[in-house]
Amino acid sequence: MSARVVTITSGKGGVGKTTVTANLGVALAMRGQRVVTIDADIGLRNLDVMLGLENRIVYDLVDVVEGRCRLRQALVRDKRLQELYLLPAAQTRDKSAVRAEDMVRVCDELRESFDFLLVDSPAGIEQGFRNAVAPADEVFIVTNPEVAAVRDADRVIGLIEAEGKGPARLIINRLKPELVRRGDMLDTSAVIELLAIDLIGIVPEDETVIVAANTGRPVAFTDNSPAGRAFHNIARRMLGEEVPFAPLKEPGFLERFFRWMRAEGEEQR
Amino acid sequence: MKFMDRLLHRQEPPSGEIARERLRLVLAHDRAHISPGLLEVLKDEIIAVISRHVPIDPDGVQVTYTEGPRVHRLVADIPLRTERRAR
Repeated sequence: MSARVVTITSGKGGVGKTTVTANLGVALAMRGQRVVTIDADIGLRNLDVMLGLENRIVYDLVDVVEGRCRLRQALVRDKRLQELYLLPAAQTRDKSAVRAEDMVRVCDELRESFDFLLVDSPAGIEQGFRNAVAPADEVFIVTNPEVAAVRDADRVIGLIEAEGKGPARLIINRLKPELVRRGDMLDTSAVIELLAIDLIGIVPEDETVIVAANTGRPVAFTDNSPAGRAFHNIARRMLGEEVPFAPLKEPGFLERFFRWMRAEGEEQR
Repeated sequence: MKFMDRLLHRQEPPSGEIARERLRLVLAHDRAHISPGLLEVLKDEIIAVISRHVPIDPDGVQVTYTEGPRVHRLVADIPLRTERRAR
């Protein structure tokens, strides 16, 4: 029994790496997987607030690496799920505190006890990125359907190949179906064609993601939002299910109304 | 009833409000380099040390971090267990 180490990276910052990591962690754990999400962004930690676990941190990755605590002591368990854990980054240290071989060693130690280790990479292509990729069995590239994000994704895909960690798979995040329909946004097929890699998920732009970040409760906890459903679809694909890429469309007024009524009914039960 | 609450906007505070409160806490702890989890550890260790010498009420112990205008403080409030003398 050995965990799969999946690193989530992007090149460009702000495309949604941390949101993707948090939500895939939740979605996989809801499907009975034992998951550790690892924040590899030393000095700028954020996965903790995305998961709403910021008040429970005692030790962090740097404490583990420098031997101030055991690995198990640094893991923060998400009490809302059976088996979801966070290994937080240090907030106060500089990036040089962790080396690639430290990440490999930490992940190897966790492999035996879990099914998935999700590593949230920092933006950029410097040491932090290399550290995050070093332990990876698989790499997911997050991009937005925008020129700058796709360009940076292409650069990172090349680096992943060079490290022998490819082929990476692609998550297109924050797609706006309305803009695509109008012809004012790159569509999925264009992005895949340009980058020439396999797709593992498409996540539509969704306001509930902002509310989720505000409250520290990722959208994947329920599947009544478009983004939440998209993250669960990615989790299912990671577990080997064949899930078709549904054509994204804006729900009409009536559909939104019925969905809202349905959500009401579920809450009252 | 949630349905009515939502219609009248009577729910718990809006998520933007929750975000502001969470950020207030996170930033304070980040700046002080003291995490809430660390406060819990300090509390446990303080209880262990003090109760070796003085009887205290461990459930009543509070260790808090406060930001003042000039000095930030770590405040430990440790209630002593006093024996009532029967007269």
